[in-house]
Amino acid sequence: MTDLAWIETTLVGARPQAMGALLRYFRDLDRAEEAFQEACLRAMKNWPLKGPPRDPAAWLIFVGRNAALDHVRRDSRNTELPPEDRISNLDDVEADMAERLDDAHYRDDILRLMFVCCHPDLPATQQVALALRIVSGLTVREIASAFLVGEKAMEQRITRAKRRVAEANVPFAAPDAAERAERLGAVAAMLYLVFNEGYSATSGDSVVRASLCDEAIRLARLLLRLFPAEPEIMGLLALMILQHARSAARADADGNPVLLEDQDRTLWNRHLIDEGLVLVEKALRHRQPGPYQLQAAIAALHARAATPEETDWIEIDLLYQMLERLQPSPVITLNRSVAVSKTRGPEAALELIAPLAERLSGYFYFHGVRGALLSELGRAAEAREAFDRAIALARTPAEAAHIRQHLDRLSADSRAS
Amino acid sequence: MLYAILCYHDEDVVMSWSKAEDDAVLAKRHRVQQELVDKGRMGPAIRLVPTSAATTIRGAAGDEPVVFDGPFAETKEQLLGFYVVDCDSLEEVIDFAKRMKQGESVTFEIRPMRIFKEGTLSGKEVLAP
Repeated sequence: MTDLAWIETTLVGARPQAMGALLRYFRDLDRAEEAFQEACLRAMKNWPLKGPPRDPAAWLIFVGRNAALDHVRRDSRNTELPPEDRISNLDDVEADMAERLDDAHYRDDILRLMFVCCHPDLPATQQVALALRIVSGLTVREIASAFLVGEKAMEQRITRAKRRVAEANVPFAAPDAAERAERLGAVAAMLYLVFNEGYSATSGDSVVRASLCDEAIRLARLLLRLFPAEPEIMGLLALMILQHARSAARADADGNPVLLEDQDRTLWNRHLIDEGLVLVEKALRHRQPGPYQLQAAIAALHARAATPEETDWIEIDLLYQMLERLQPSPVITLNRSVAVSKTRGPEAALELIAPLAERLSGYFYFHGVRGALLSELGRAAEAREAFDRAIALARTPAEAAHIRQHLDRLSADSRAS
Repeated sequence: MLYAILCYHDEDVVMSWSKAEDDAVLAKRHRVQQELVDKGRMGPAIRLVPTSAATTIRGAAGDEPVVFDGPFAETKEQLLGFYVVDCDSLEEVIDFAKRMKQGESVTFEIRPMRIFKEGTLSGKEVLAP
């Protein structure tokens, strides 16, 4: 690897820790970012000459803090005397400069850095954009291209999100156990949003999107290293890894989505599957099931099946039932209906989803699943009607194309009979 | 003499490598390994799954072994050796390790493997004196 490439990956790797610590010192996202930028510039100059520091994150924190404090001092001299609390703050900072970074801070710093992106008032897309900017350090241009919006619009979106965060006054004291658990839950949900933004690929540059999945996985691995005994974080990481393992098989040569049962399973990434399976096992040993663990356990059962016929649908049905109890949602019931159709037949599955018709009337997948069940039962006219509804609700050409395949098959069948 | 070469690196950094960077590192090392492979003197090469998948079993000699999530983190003990086993589940390895630990204060860290290359060494054995 060249010097520069090495330095770049080191900076990316050290970013969450360094940004997290700088945010704790400055209590301001913009100032923390500036300090980190400054430290990176100095790293680019220094490291090729002097060699890599033993602890790159500590180096970046130390240098970033000093550089930013220089600015504060210089600014203050030009304007007015710094307020008393700022002066004493400086002393604190100076005092602990001598210390090494301790692990307790490190953990809560990174958690806080991720947590500030999860403000409940921020819509999902803004949480994702902010996390990619703040935690991952993607440029505004990269984020804009992932979301298929202009750079300027994305810049404004991120600025607005930052303002919200600043107004929200996230506490900077070390969180207590309950607060920490709450933050972990919010951060897990946000990381899953980042992952899904890449996974669903409804729009935007596909290469950038795929890298969002990698990024979400990287951050979840980091989070689990900090909180190694949290079964839901194991579940989250396992879920993302197991889904990501199928990415090479999820689309055909023309970019159309390929259903799970039609995928070429030899294209699945065995390395990732093995890692995901171990994580699911580790999580389930805790006997504290949660939504991510259950979804991961379902993904694990798919991953274990060498052919679709070997899938353990009975177990999948059971896991979905547990998931329904923990997190009642019509979408989960809809997903369960697929397992039910395999174990008890399409009739039973149709019965299961019938009560969802009203709530899911605007949901593409509802009509897609219903159409597939109806056509399995040979109720072609009703199936066609359901598929037509689905096409009308499709958000992407690929989704529509997929339903059209179903319709073509229906027409072919009716011609054949 | 047989030697083990252990790899230590910053996981945050390695996890930040792109696939291309990772492939480049492996390919570079592979070229060096080839010398020993050709001579029949390259033993198993192993890459471990990230530490987030690790489980650790520890406890005093007489106590029931305790299972912890995550890698072994103490610095007071030293790495003295390792086993490679093929098990059907994490549960099975944990059980195996617990039974080996019986009556000892040893700590076992269980790490799933991502890459296992058998190598070209065969019939070599270093016997205990």
